[in-house]
Amino acid sequence: MALLEVRGLSKDFGGLRAIDHLDFHVEEGEIVSVIGPNGAGKTTLFNLITGLFQPDEGEIIFDGHNLVGLRPDQITRLGVARTFQTVRLFFNMTILENVMVGLHGRTRSGILDTILSLPRQREEEEFIRQQAIEALSFFGKRLVGFRLNQPAFVLSYANRRRLEIARAMATGAKLLLLDEPTAGMNPRETLELTELIGRLRDEKGYTIVLIEHDMRVVKGVSDRVVVLDYGRKIAEGDYEEVAHNERVLEAYLGRKAVRSA
Amino acid sequence: MQRALPQQISDRFNFAAGVIWALRVIVAAIVVWGAVSTLTSGFYSASQWRDLFIFGLAQGGVYALIALGYTMVYGILGFINFAHGEVFMSGMMIGYFVADYLNEAGMWNGNPVLALLIVLVVSMLTSTGVAVLVERIAYRPLRESPRIVPLITSIGASFFIQYAFRGLFGAGVKSYPRMEALQGAITVLGVRILKVHVLVIVAVFIMMGLLYWFVEKTRMGKAIRAVAEDKEIAALMGVDIDRAIVMTFAIGGMMAGAAGLLYALVFNQVFFFSGFLPGIKAFTAAVLGGIGNIVGAMLGGIVLGIVESVGPILILSGLGIPAPHQLKDVVAFTVLVLVLIFRPKGLLGERLAEERD
Amino acid sequence: MAEIAPVPEKAPVIEDVRLKAPEVSLERAAKLGGVAGIVAVFVSANGMVQAFAERDIISGVLSMGYTLLFLVPLIMAYLAAREPPVLEGFEAPEKGPRNVLAGLIVGALTGLIMAIFVLVASAVDMRRVFINISPQLLELLTFGQGMGGLVFLVGGCLLTGAVGGLMQLAEGRWRRALWGALAWTLLIGLLEVIVAQLFRGLGLGFLSPLFYAGTGGLTPLGTAVVFVLAFLYYWSVVPKVDMWQRRYAHMPAERQRSVRLSLTVAAVLLVAILPQVLGPFVSEVLDLVGIFLLMGLGLNIVVGFAGLLDLGYVAFFAVGAYTTAILTSPASPRWSPEMSFWAALPFVILAAALAGIIVGTPVLRMRGDYLAIVTLGFGEIARLLLLSDWLRPVFGGAQGILKIPTLSIGPIVFRTPVDMFYPIVGFCLVAAYISWKLKNSRIGRAWMAMREDEQVAEAMGVDIVEIKLKAFIVGAVIASFGGALFATKIGSVFPHSFSLLVSITVLVLIIVGGLGNIPGVVVGTLALVGLPELLREFQEYRLLAYGVLLILMMLYRPEGLLPSKQWVRELHEEELMQDAWLKMEEDRRRAQAQAAQGDLPARPEEA
Repeated sequence: MALLEVRGLSKDFGGLRAIDHLDFHVEEGEIVSVIGPNGAGKTTLFNLITGLFQPDEGEIIFDGHNLVGLRPDQITRLGVARTFQTVRLFFNMTILENVMVGLHGRTRSGILDTILSLPRQREEEEFIRQQAIEALSFFGKRLVGFRLNQPAFVLSYANRRRLEIARAMATGAKLLLLDEPTAGMNPRETLELTELIGRLRDEKGYTIVLIEHDMRVVKGVSDRVVVLDYGRKIAEGDYEEVAHNERVLEAYLGRKAVRSA
Repeated sequence: MQRALPQQISDRFNFAAGVIWALRVIVAAIVVWGAVSTLTSGFYSASQWRDLFIFGLAQGGVYALIALGYTMVYGILGFINFAHGEVFMSGMMIGYFVADYLNEAGMWNGNPVLALLIVLVVSMLTSTGVAVLVERIAYRPLRESPRIVPLITSIGASFFIQYAFRGLFGAGVKSYPRMEALQGAITVLGVRILKVHVLVIVAVFIMMGLLYWFVEKTRMGKAIRAVAEDKEIAALMGVDIDRAIVMTFAIGGMMAGAAGLLYALVFNQVFFFSGFLPGIKAFTAAVLGGIGNIVGAMLGGIVLGIVESVGPILILSGLGIPAPHQLKDVVAFTVLVLVLIFRPKGLLGERLAEERD
Repeated sequence: MAEIAPVPEKAPVIEDVRLKAPEVSLERAAKLGGVAGIVAVFVSANGMVQAFAERDIISGVLSMGYTLLFLVPLIMAYLAAREPPVLEGFEAPEKGPRNVLAGLIVGALTGLIMAIFVLVASAVDMRRVFINISPQLLELLTFGQGMGGLVFLVGGCLLTGAVGGLMQLAEGRWRRALWGALAWTLLIGLLEVIVAQLFRGLGLGFLSPLFYAGTGGLTPLGTAVVFVLAFLYYWSVVPKVDMWQRRYAHMPAERQRSVRLSLTVAAVLLVAILPQVLGPFVSEVLDLVGIFLLMGLGLNIVVGFAGLLDLGYVAFFAVGAYTTAILTSPASPRWSPEMSFWAALPFVILAAALAGIIVGTPVLRMRGDYLAIVTLGFGEIARLLLLSDWLRPVFGGAQGILKIPTLSIGPIVFRTPVDMFYPIVGFCLVAAYISWKLKNSRIGRAWMAMREDEQVAEAMGVDIVEIKLKAFIVGAVIASFGGALFATKIGSVFPHSFSLLVSITVLVLIIVGGLGNIPGVVVGTLALVGLPELLREFQEYRLLAYGVLLILMMLYRPEGLLPSKQWVRELHEEELMQDAWLKMEEDRRRAQAQAAQGDLPARPEEA
């Protein structure tokens, strides 16, 4: 059975249909790219899956649970974590703390445990710390060491994106939703991140859905590509198939040609 | 330390929603029960209810005028101008000194219409001045800060104005002189109404009409609405943002100043803390009508005034609570809390630029 | 296509692109002078100068009233004479007569405006409106010399203005030492009660007459001694603190531990003897300071950590006080179980937690500013209900509940203010421990994350409702401790003790002290609650000062006087970015200049 299954999903914004009866699925261990022109509803799709928006119609089944109607934190605890198109870190918290927040849903010590400093709570704090450092270590030495206790706003753009992924990893998710993970990166960083996304799946076993504009990245990592336009799925398949699909070309080039005229 | 079991999560009782529902039911039950038992007791006569209603209307009109200041500032800057109650008080206070002087000069009762107009102008000018000054000193430098910062500043400004007035003009309660022309009642459409209430209600409607005309029809009014809609676009369209914001505060101040005089005519007394309660109530009115919504503020003020006047007796006396008038302010605060809990968008809906994306 | 500007054959040589930072602006000085004049008139007209004139700082020489008046031009001149901040990469202008001139302008304008004020006030009787503009005030402002005294007034303003300007010329260490010495002299002059008591308590009573004239205020000798000592402290001790801290940081862990231990022991000893030395009157004040501190620590969790602006915090204080009163007092109107304080404490905690949930739950999904107003509403509802005849059978109405027994642990009874100090400090320590512990836990991190970005925190698995409720509950419980201690200390509770002003005071404390910063809140509480309690004439103007402080804090140092790093970052982020941008701009320009010289920068690409 598919890890994520979206059926008949629709979302209106005041008469504007952002997502229109979308069906779409992701198998366990797959890397799926969602592409499409600007305003095709890609980020809206992520917002619907993660519970930031409530859909008007349709079902989102993840790992046997319907996500519709659940709160974002509940969805995250079920195993879906995301990054944001406009990097949204807790900029004034340290790098380590940012990732530690990601572990909130996996831990449970309460106020009393904390005040009384019960052994269970101390162990848990240690666990949080270790897991956070482990997630950060996945990106090499960039985010660990002296960096750990620096505020997140000192980071470079690329590192902010990396930190956001680390934070999502720390939630213990099975499914990562990456919203334009390479936006704003230089070619070398992009290449590196492409490789890293592959490693996330191969070494860490994550299933990944990514929104991406950079076709080299899409080509490099995706097992399957889903193309959205006006909230509808207009094509699906491996990169080569999609890249030569007429409707896709039309969606990208046709409209662009019309616009620039 | 294991991942929480999924079933537990999805089946979890949604605590906050549950509490809010329970609250709704309890509130509805109390209101209905109280109202029914008061009405069936027949303890209060129809004319008493009518008097309460008219008093509520007059009082509500004053709230509405103050509420306009809250709602316009919220609409354009997105924060609660906590000091607006003090803007109202300042007009009322300075108005008192002028009224007192006119009374001594024999004009207060000699030529009441002119006297009232003079006090009205002074009161409006004072409140406008205070409002604009506060904006210039305390809010303008903070326009880009997180919302909580200007809110805290406005709390500071509120206390500063209160205690500055106390220091300058003394802590004593000041009583407006008695205006003979406004004593007694007249009969309108077969209903006996106090003259003061007639004056207040008429004045309120004139002020509101003028404001509505200003905001809807004039160039400046349109500029204000444009800035409230979207600052950047408005600036691109050539609207002077600073000027529009100052105008918003000025108009809010003017309305509050007028409200100050009217309030003083009904309640007679003013002291440095007089702005606090009407201020909070007017804010409640603004939220009740839908913050940022000018017509909403007018409606909200009137509804709140009537609820506050009729409510304690209608509901509380039916519940057998002694001395319900003591709880008048509790009713107003409860309305505030309930509105914010159940209908934060107000009766007519909010109009805010900030929330859209 | 636009025409491309022709490339000059020989690019102009730009030798030094180092930009000069702007000098002190005299226009700004004039503006600040006007402000200073208005402020000086304001403090005169609202009666502060006259009220403070009763108290001498230096006996027979300088009253608190004149000090207040002349501090205005002094501080304003100091500010006016300060150069605008120098951004990185810019060259600071040289200090010189211009700074003094700016100070003089401020002094002159202040003097001028004050002189006009005095002239007008003596010509027109304004007492019917401005009750404090009295002949006594005018006499005070003219130094009892009639209109000729205006010379002294204006001269004083000019002098203080010039001094303010001169202060800017002093090198950093001098400046700090001078300001520090000035501040301490004022403080010691004001705090005769405490200092004299301290001398007596330490068996040094004979020193008092040397320092204090007995009629209020320091003796000239005392003034000199205090000034010199404070100056030396700032001159030689304060600059070393940094070094000590660094040295401490380099110590091996064991030595660090022993240093910490000895510091703790010293602190404990100090706290233990403090009330004994200071005597009952000052201890009374300290007790109140402690209770406010306790509430400050609690509110700091709600506002500082979780970012929820609670203006009805007094409600929880009232819950604590009234629960204690009802459960312990034999005079409790309905039930009087007459429990001991400690037996009642669990119920107090329970009641507070419940109150936290009742206030918290409905407001959880609310916008931040609405939350402030709703909590304010709850606070007022609580007070009005306590006051009402309706609930009189339970809470005693306006008469409140009397005969609350004093606190005791076994045979030890905390009867006097001196005794009460210890349990209050104890509770403060508990509260401080709780906030420290929670701050560095998953709950504290969730609070901060929520404060930064609620939506993202939620997307990272933080249950916003749960975490907000937790903040409310912890805050409520800590406030209820304050209420319980307050009730047993006073021995009675009245609704009037639980007004909005308490909430505002606590809010001011934590904002002035620095959100999230415990030592800052301690200093803030001592200054803002302790001082007005000690000096009655301050009491009158307490809330005026709070209002001004809130505005100034938000305008100039939103993060508080002794800021926690968190808030500094949050609020100065933009400035940091701006600095970085400016620097980048300048680098670019320099690179361009070099490129124009044909001297291409060979910079390796940054990794």
